[in-house]
Amino acid sequence: MKFREHRLDNGLSIVAECNDRAVSTSLGFFVTAGARDESDEVSGVSHFLEHMAFKGTPTRTADDVNRQFDEMGAHYNAQTSEESTIYFASVLPEHQGEAVELLGDILRPSLREQDFDTEKKVIVEEIRMYDDQPPFGAFERCMAAHYGDHPLHRGILGTVESITDLKVEAMRAYFAERYSPQNIFLVATGKVDFEALTGDAERSCGEWPVVSTQRLTPRAAPHQSFQCVQKSEATQQYLIQIANAPASTDADRFAAKLLSVIVGDDSGSRLYWELVDTGLAEHASVYHYEFEGTGAVLTYMSCEPDAAADNMQRLLDVQRRVEQEGVSETELAQAKSKVCSRIVLRSERPSGRLFRVGANWISRGVYRPVRDELESFNSITAADVAAVLEKFPLSVCTTLAVGPLSEMAEPK
Amino acid sequence: MTEPVHIHTYDNGLVLVAEPMDWLESAAFCFLLPAGCAYEPAERAGLGAMTCEMTQRGAGERDSREFIQALENLGVERGESVSVSHTSYSGALLSDNLAATLEIYSDLLRRPLLPGDQLDAGRQVALQELRAVEDDPGHKVMIELRQRFYPSPWGRASQGSLDGLEATSMDEIGEFFQQNYRPNGTILSVAGRFDWSELQQHVGRLLGDWQAAQGQEIVEGPAGPRIEHVPYESNQTQIGIAFPSVPFAHKDYFQSWGAVGVLSSGSSSRLFTEVREKRGLCYSVYGTNHTVGKLGSVICYAGTSADRAQETLDVMIGELIRLADGVEEEELGRLKARIKSALIMQQESSGSRSASIARDWYHLGRVRSFDEISRLVDELTCDTINAYLAEHPPADFTIVTLGPSALEIPREIS
Repeated sequence: MKFREHRLDNGLSIVAECNDRAVSTSLGFFVTAGARDESDEVSGVSHFLEHMAFKGTPTRTADDVNRQFDEMGAHYNAQTSEESTIYFASVLPEHQGEAVELLGDILRPSLREQDFDTEKKVIVEEIRMYDDQPPFGAFERCMAAHYGDHPLHRGILGTVESITDLKVEAMRAYFAERYSPQNIFLVATGKVDFEALTGDAERSCGEWPVVSTQRLTPRAAPHQSFQCVQKSEATQQYLIQIANAPASTDADRFAAKLLSVIVGDDSGSRLYWELVDTGLAEHASVYHYEFEGTGAVLTYMSCEPDAAADNMQRLLDVQRRVEQEGVSETELAQAKSKVCSRIVLRSERPSGRLFRVGANWISRGVYRPVRDELESFNSITAADVAAVLEKFPLSVCTTLAVGPLSEMAEPK
Repeated sequence: MTEPVHIHTYDNGLVLVAEPMDWLESAAFCFLLPAGCAYEPAERAGLGAMTCEMTQRGAGERDSREFIQALENLGVERGESVSVSHTSYSGALLSDNLAATLEIYSDLLRRPLLPGDQLDAGRQVALQELRAVEDDPGHKVMIELRQRFYPSPWGRASQGSLDGLEATSMDEIGEFFQQNYRPNGTILSVAGRFDWSELQQHVGRLLGDWQAAQGQEIVEGPAGPRIEHVPYESNQTQIGIAFPSVPFAHKDYFQSWGAVGVLSSGSSSRLFTEVREKRGLCYSVYGTNHTVGKLGSVICYAGTSADRAQETLDVMIGELIRLADGVEEEELGRLKARIKSALIMQQESSGSRSASIARDWYHLGRVRSFDEISRLVDELTCDTINAYLAEHPPADFTIVTLGPSALEIPREIS
C-alpha cells in the first residue's frame, strides 16, 4: 500500500491508496456539495444535479455517457448526502484513464433544459417511492425538527414542490459555485497508476474555473421534542430519534461509534436483547453519523403499533441506564472485535476502501491506513465511552413517530 | 489467479466445496440446508422461518445470549435466510476465526436448544417480519407475483402467513428440524483464505457423524391467476411481470442470461433507456433471471406514480416482446465487458464467491471456475442468443400490479 497525493493549480486535490496486488481500480470524484449547502428555494438541487451529471456534456449525449461506462464494464454510480456528492466507478485497471476522463467530463454537465424537465419526473418518482416506503418521511421530519435553523435541517431529495418549482437557471448557478475545484477531490484506490492519474486529471479538470465558496459548520444545539405523525395506511409504527454526537473532526468519534454498536447494533446489542430478541420490535438500531462541525446519533425502531409506547419507554430506560452505568469491558471488547472485523472485510475491496480514504482526506486532511483505523478503535476505554455519554447524552434527543397511531404517550 | 476448487463428500452425504483465495485475509462460508419453505405443510406457512429463528436461540453448551456473543466475539458478519428450497446460514470473517466459527455452527445444526420458553418471542420476531412486508410495496408485489407465477409450492414466501405462524408449535418446529436439517442434501461452501486439508478434517470431525435422514417429497399444486391487481393505498403503482424461461442448470441458461442482460444490465440496457432515461417514467426498473428448483423465469419490476403506471406497463411489455426480434452486436459487447469485470471483481470478495460456489453445486453438482464462466461468456454471440430467443420468445406473461387502481393489460398479450 502506498499513499500518494497531488494538487492541481486550481485547487483540485488528488489522493490515492495504491495497492499493486489489487485486480481492480476504484475512482471517485468527491464534491463537497450536499443538502446543507442549499437554501429552501433550491432544496434538493444537489441530488437533482447528481442525476443531471449523467444527462450529457458539451461532447457527449446522455446515451453516450451510459454507453461508454457500460463499454468499459464499469460498475458505477453516484450518491448525494447532507454534505457531499460522490461520483464513483470501479473498473479493471486498464480502463483507469478512460474512466477518469469520463467521470471528469460528466462533472461539467451541459444542464440542458429539456433533459432537466425529463429528469425532474424521475426525481419526483424517487421522492414518491420513498413516500410509500418505511419510515414514510420520518427521517426528514426528524432532521427538520432536530436541526431547526441549522444547515442540516433540509432533506436530501427536497420535496415534490421544491423540485417541481426548481428552475434550470437556479441549478446552473448552484453548480457554478459548489462545483468549484477547491471543493472537488479525486480519490483512487486499488491498482492505481498515479502518474497517469494526475496527468489525466490535469487534462480533464485543470481548466475548471475557481469560484470562492463557503460552508457554515456550526455545532448543532441540543434539542428535545416529541412528535407523532399519523399515517393511517401504514401497518407498523416507526420511530426515529436524533441526538447530538461528535463531529467528523472530534477525537471522541471513535468512542461514539463503539457506543452506538454496544447500544444499538443490529445484533447482540443492548437494544437487540431488549427489543428484537424478545420479539417486541421488528427492528431497533443505533448509528453514529459524523458531519462537519457536528454529529448525530440516529436511533431507528419499527414495531407493532400497540407495542410502540411501551417500546419507547424501554428505549429510554436503556439510554438512561447506559448514561448512568456506562459500558462493561466485555461489551467494549465485543464491539471492538465487530467493528474491526467489519473494517478489514470492507477494506478487502478497493470499492470499500474508496469511501474511507476519501472521507479521511476530505474531512480531516489525513491519510489513515487500515491499521491506524483499527488502532483508533482498539485504544478506546470504557472511560472514553463514559466521557462521550456525559457530553452527548443519548436521552437528550428529538423523537418522531410515524404510523397508524394518531398519538402516543411520551415516556417518563 | 484461478485456483482449483476442492470438493469432499462425507459418508453421510454432506458436501464441502471450497475455493482458496489466498490473497484475501478473510474467509466466508455458506451452509445450504434442504430446509426451504417448499417443505412446510400448507397450513403451517412460515414454519421454516420460525425453525431458523429458533435454532439461533442457543445450541450445545451455550444459551441464546452466549451463542450470539460467541459469534460476535469472533467478528462474524452473519446472515441467515429461508428461500423456497433452502435454509441458509452464512458468514464472513477473518480467516483465523474460521475453525472456531464452524464449530459453533455445527452446534446449531446438530445440538440446538430450541428452547420452548422462547417460542413466543421467536413467533413475535416472525410476525414482525411478516407485517413489515405490508409496508414495503416493492417487496410485496414481488411476493404476490411469484405466488401466482409458479406452481405451488415453488412461489411461496418464507415469511409465511399469520395463521401459519400463530398455529406453529414447538413440536412442529422440532419435527421440521429433524426432517430437514440433515447432512444429505446439505452443502457447505467456503471461499477465501484457508488450508484445505485442515478444513476438510475439521469439518469431518464436526459433522462427519451427523446422521442422515430421509428427505420429503414435494407435491406440486397449480399456479395462480396470470393477471391480477392487488389494491393498495399508495402514491405509486408497483408492476411485476414474469414469464417462463430456462432454469440455471439448463444448457441454454447463458443464452437467456445474455438476452436478459441486454434487457436490463447497465444504464445503456433497454429497460433503463426506454422506461427511465427517455421517458422519465420511474426511478427503478429491472428484469432478472430467476430459478427455483428446476423452474426458471424472468422477473421484471417497475414502480411508478399511479397516473403513469399504464404507460410504464405498456413500454415494458413492448420491450419484452421486441426482445424476440433479437439482440445486437454492440449491446452484447457492452454486456460482455460488464460480466468480465464483475467476474474479476468477484475475486475480491470471499462472501460473494462462497455464495456462488454453493449455488453452482446445488444446481449443477459441480462448480464453474472463473475460467469456465469466462469461456462461456466468450462463446455467447448474437447468433446463439437470437436462436434461443426465436425458440423461446418472451410470452405467457404473468402480471401483478399493486396500487390504487388496476391497469389495462396491453392488447397484444391479453
